[in-house]
Amino acid sequence: MDFLTLLQLLDTTVRLATPLLLACLAGLYSERAGIFDIGLEGKMLAAAFFSAAFAYSTGSVWLGLLAGIGVSLVLSGIHGLASITFRGNQLISGLAITMLAGGMTVLIAQDWFKQGGRTPQLEGAARFEPITLPFAETLREVPFIGPLYYELISGHPILVYIAFALVPLTWWILFRTRFGLRLRAVGENPASVDTAGVSVVALRYSAVMICGVLCGLAGAYLATALQAGFVKDMTAGRGYIALAALIFAKWRPWYALWATLLFGLFQALELRPDLIQQVIGVKVQVQLLGALPYILTVVILAGFVGKAIPPRAGGEPYVKER
Amino acid sequence: MTAPAIELKGISKAFGPVQANKDISISVQPGTIHGIIGENGAGKSTLMSILYGFYKADKGEIFIKGDKTQIPDSQAAIAAGIGMVFQHFKLVENFTVLENIILGAEEGRLLRPSLAKARRTLSHLAEEYELNVDPDALIENLSVGHQQRVEILKALYRQADILILDEPTGVLTPAEADQLFRILDRLREEGKTIVLITHKLREIMEITDTVSVMRRGEMTATVKTSETSPEHLAELMVGRKVLLRVDKKSASPGDVVLEVEGLRVIDDKGVLRVKGIDLTVRAGEILGIAGVAGNGQSELLEVLGGFADGKGNIRINGEELDLTGKYSDGQSRRARGIAHVPEDRQREGLIMEYTAWENTIFGYHLDPTYQKGILMDNVGIQAEAQAKMERFDVRPPHPKLAAKNFSGGNQQKIVLAREIERNPDLLLIGQPTRGVDIGAIEFIHQQIISLRDQGKAILLVSVELEEILSLSDRIAVMFDGHIMGERMPDQTDEKELGLLMAGVTQEPAAADYKVVDQQFALQDQELGGA
Repeated sequence: MDFLTLLQLLDTTVRLATPLLLACLAGLYSERAGIFDIGLEGKMLAAAFFSAAFAYSTGSVWLGLLAGIGVSLVLSGIHGLASITFRGNQLISGLAITMLAGGMTVLIAQDWFKQGGRTPQLEGAARFEPITLPFAETLREVPFIGPLYYELISGHPILVYIAFALVPLTWWILFRTRFGLRLRAVGENPASVDTAGVSVVALRYSAVMICGVLCGLAGAYLATALQAGFVKDMTAGRGYIALAALIFAKWRPWYALWATLLFGLFQALELRPDLIQQVIGVKVQVQLLGALPYILTVVILAGFVGKAIPPRAGGEPYVKER
Repeated sequence: MTAPAIELKGISKAFGPVQANKDISISVQPGTIHGIIGENGAGKSTLMSILYGFYKADKGEIFIKGDKTQIPDSQAAIAAGIGMVFQHFKLVENFTVLENIILGAEEGRLLRPSLAKARRTLSHLAEEYELNVDPDALIENLSVGHQQRVEILKALYRQADILILDEPTGVLTPAEADQLFRILDRLREEGKTIVLITHKLREIMEITDTVSVMRRGEMTATVKTSETSPEHLAELMVGRKVLLRVDKKSASPGDVVLEVEGLRVIDDKGVLRVKGIDLTVRAGEILGIAGVAGNGQSELLEVLGGFADGKGNIRINGEELDLTGKYSDGQSRRARGIAHVPEDRQREGLIMEYTAWENTIFGYHLDPTYQKGILMDNVGIQAEAQAKMERFDVRPPHPKLAAKNFSGGNQQKIVLAREIERNPDLLLIGQPTRGVDIGAIEFIHQQIISLRDQGKAILLVSVELEEILSLSDRIAVMFDGHIMGERMPDQTDEKELGLLMAGVTQEPAAADYKVVDQQFALQDQELGGA
């Protein structure tokens, strides 16, 4: 495998890791605040459909993005209402949201576009186009750095850069700001926040809303950047893979980046079985490669990868007690 | 005269039908330590929760430093200069001391300046009040005593000049408690006002300037500590009601039925609840266990009844009981002749949704006499239940009524009927008359006495001192997981028992319990390390 092929593989990895990273960070905010969210999948799916639908109708991908974030926020609000205000079961609420999104997107798509539950192909300004970073062309011929910059770093849609920039930002928010301190505290021991005179409810809602925005970005990326339009169940379990990556990452932003890149690499390998054959000399079934991310998910969730301690108050509704 | 630091006027608070606080008025002078003493459930903690904005009083007014103050939430309490140290600490375990201290009291949006300021303030506070604690240590690595210091520092960092401590020594070792008292002394010297909530008389006498006694939601007295005595406070705390003396002959104890040796019980949270107790109960004798709730009596009953594990030895009629293994369950205990009337009858004694007749056989439902082929002999069971209910004067005597439809006293009679009629060798009975009306109390007491007269051994646990005094042939007092001493009911009185219940003792043997605790702590460490 030559250098260029490797770069292409990594380039695909980055593109496929981006929605996982966004969803993983979304889950990180929510779970750090003590709200488990298995509805990431549903929020991404709804956001994917609404961003594609609005981008197609208006011709503007940015309006599409806003619509995607909007619907994801609505679903987050429902999850917040169920799990914070009404102290319901967070798993059931998340599951319900995912099922709702699965059915609702196809139903509305069929009603609006009559194309069997998909949106029409997005073109031009209705899609996020790759951005060529400055000097990419000029530097292209420089050995090593040139191709690295041109192939791997340059040439992605804006959302990819946003997703990667969110990693240090999230770290900074969590560990360097007042909001982050309170957010982490409310996920560990909400009573400590409450007795300190800070609203547990407000903190948890803000975390859930941030989760909504990030899921909106992830969904919009799927339908308007990675692909050109919405198709049924296009998230394909990415919300759950993001959750597995979150556990793998021990609820830390930088680890989340590496975990989602690893999953992205597996997904990229699925597209290039020839490369595997080249390197290890054995033909591997494409289906087996396709199953790899899911197998890894199961292994992680079964707790084979070290001990990950979740936020201690995670999943527990806060009831004020003396 | 300066305005009182805290003044409460006519505070009342009810939870449903339960009046937790009734018309409470209290006034605490600045720069003093004021004790609030009372048994569990007397309403002390409710009162303090009102002061810290956790509950809203139904009636009454709060004045802080002379100003009428509304305290709708904790933020308002903090703003009014009130700091609270809860019995169960409100700390984030995996945060550092500094992070816990600034949480909610940060200087701005960024942490760095807040942390720097807190570090400076903390070193001042440490100097001023001898409150030393490593600011960068994680809470989970600190001892309980140090965690409590962090709670006090949190309050001081928020410039509290009124500090409320809720049962602060409950989780501390005696040495840590002494340190805490030195800190409180220092805080008082610096002009802080301290409210100390406790049920331990010794602490009140040791540190407070004034003390208020609460009983059943009412403030029964407020006195200067220097003008009172532990005996007097015990009397105020326990109350002086007419003793309902039960007619009974003197006991004629026979062979030893129950022998407990070195029993220790660790609860789900890993806390040692029963710290090595020995006791015996003979046939034809009632051993009463007195004590304020939460001093290990419940755990003792649970182990004997077979629904908690314990360490140590228990023998029934000379044969060892299995305390941790396969035969450590209620079924095996019943097979060995132990009947159990649990403390919490609605959760452990009955299934409230089920009918009375079903409830009269639970635990014995596998008995062959209740079977008819592969089915239950429902007709026979119902007829038997009817007869039992009549013998035990259950009203109404309708076996098909659900247990929840009976009054507390009649529910208790159903449980008693089930357990006593099986003719056990040993009856365990916890809080036999809690929530039971007066008429039923008498009947239940008679049943217990008549079982004793039939030569059965009875272990009675009750938080009602009168009940213990009137029923028991021997009384053991439990405090903090230990038996503080044994007394004969005709050679003691409520005062003496009240003191024992509060951990005050003159007996050198029992006073050694600190040493015993340390030994057990060492043993536990060894066990944990192995």
